Amino acid sequence: MTRFLLGRVALFALGLAVASVLIFVTLRLLPGDVAQSIAGTTGSPAQVAAIRASLGLDQPVVVQYLDWAGGLLRLDLGESLVTGTPVADEVAEKLGVTLPLAGMSLVVGLAVGVPLGVVAAIRHHRPSGAVLGVVAQLLAAVPVVWAGMLLIALFGVTLRVLPTQGFPVDGWEEPGRALRSLVLPAVTIGLVEGAVLFRFTRSAVVGALDEDYVRAAAAKGMTTTRALLRHGLPNVLLSVVSVLGLQVAGLVVGAVVVEQLFALPGLGRMLVSDVGRRDLTKVQGELMTLTALVLLVGLVVDVVHRRLDPRLREQDA
Amino acid sequence: MRRRSALGALLRRPAGAAAAGWLALLLVGALVSRVWTPLDPFTTDPYSAWLPPSAAHLFGTDGVGRDIASYVLAATGTTVVVAVSAGVVAVLVGLALAALGSLTARPVREATAVLIDVLVAFPTILVAMALAAAFGGSLAVVVVATGVGYGVTIARVSRAEIRRVVREDYVTAARASGAGTAAVLRRHVLPNIAPVFVVQLSLAMATSVLAEAGLSFLGYGASAETASWGRLLADLQKFLGVHPWTVVWPGLAITLTVLALNLLGDAVRDAADPRLRDRPAGTGRAGGRRPAGPADPARSPAPEVTS
Repeated sequence: MTRFLLGRVALFALGLAVASVLIFVTLRLLPGDVAQSIAGTTGSPAQVAAIRASLGLDQPVVVQYLDWAGGLLRLDLGESLVTGTPVADEVAEKLGVTLPLAGMSLVVGLAVGVPLGVVAAIRHHRPSGAVLGVVAQLLAAVPVVWAGMLLIALFGVTLRVLPTQGFPVDGWEEPGRALRSLVLPAVTIGLVEGAVLFRFTRSAVVGALDEDYVRAAAAKGMTTTRALLRHGLPNVLLSVVSVLGLQVAGLVVGAVVVEQLFALPGLGRMLVSDVGRRDLTKVQGELMTLTALVLLVGLVVDVVHRRLDPRLREQDA
Repeated sequence: MRRRSALGALLRRPAGAAAAGWLALLLVGALVSRVWTPLDPFTTDPYSAWLPPSAAHLFGTDGVGRDIASYVLAATGTTVVVAVSAGVVAVLVGLALAALGSLTARPVREATAVLIDVLVAFPTILVAMALAAAFGGSLAVVVVATGVGYGVTIARVSRAEIRRVVREDYVTAARASGAGTAAVLRRHVLPNIAPVFVVQLSLAMATSVLAEAGLSFLGYGASAETASWGRLLADLQKFLGVHPWTVVWPGLAITLTVLALNLLGDAVRDAADPRLRDRPAGTGRAGGRRPAGPADPARSPAPEVTS
């Protein structure tokens, strides 16, 4: 286990390093002069030079990178080029919306996808199983934006029971209100993610139906369904855990789009508006934070998977 | 001969035939819209804003009086161009990385494998946002981001396939009789991994259609002069509370296109499997006796394909 853990943590660190280089280099390809755009058209060459020096843009690119990467290690993401405020504080504040949203979306996705996937697999010879399959196939193709719009139209125009825009100004002061404003966004992401989890679960369960241990249990008198639930499901759930790492990437994509659609003040929406303003350090910090979260979840999922799977545990012993 | 029977098997499956039909329709729509649309998709007319669907305006009009049907038709061209370009980029990137990760000397091979494992975790949309921050949003950004992003996934899937094929006896025999790496690649490796590639190609195209819609919705994809389903959704979103029915059409177009590409991928995978090919259509996947388990990334429904 220790060896596996060390290797996996090394891969995580390598991932972070590669990500930081890629993000930094991509944003340095920026055509035009950031200092000039801050100074505006009326800025004198001396002012532009002063801004450039204060931002460290006159340093060699390698020095700039090391400065930034060194800050990352201290969780310091630098200051906004436009407003001068610390990026890390704002990122932390926005995560207060994005992390609960991602968590709720995942819960919705799992709650919808896994049980229905098992049911559809058990009934895959019957019409009800086929119908579930078609619905999931269809849902997996729906763009998150559109799913959100349809839900807004349904709830905002017709049902009027849940808020469809915005987040309470005082944040989590009133948890009930804050939670309610995250329900529809989380359902939007969760339904689309759930469709993918459904398809994965179903094909894993259909595979398990064919395994010797399920057939052996059925031969010894269990019904196929019971044999499957007793012996197949642990295996199926293990493989579901192993794809959760990849699902998190989908949650990030969902969060960026859905926060914009539902006007939620989260990290995704912050990223979208900062890309528009070309606030370099903020975009860098936001991309790095989101990437680090995805990599971290991948790490946790792999470690948990390793701990849960008895076959892999034995390899460690 | 073999190829024809695979294509036949593909079209004998109802889902495969329906998918191929919709994609063909899309292609025709894209070509036709270059020369003809019912009305000019960009002509605005304040007096005919928000008209309901009628014979003159099949899907009605939007807030500035544009004919939604013409706009949706014009946007098929954008979708086809983005999907095909992203697919080509993804396959090129994927093949190059996979070859680098499987056919080269051991240190290079293993370093590439680690790099692929690292890169595959990056969400495509973040790559696109980084590029958009540097260059401004454009369809090229969408194509490069999804092409490279999905290319890494293709590399991971096909690297394993290439490694498997390279160890086969017929490749050893070809090598022993003097065939070079390029010849082995062309004559033996590529034909054997082609089905995996076609499946991945259709999934890459599905991803790019979703990414284009998402990024154009955010304002970092298609420009205002380019018709795009995602852009239309963004325009209509502001009036969602008043005219909710207008968003049905562009959303439906995206969903059906992604669905068709996903179904095509499934159908190709089943049709290319000789063990499944000769069964009557419709029973291909029943029983789940596919040779590979769900853990095989080439065969599980790609979990990363979501918008």
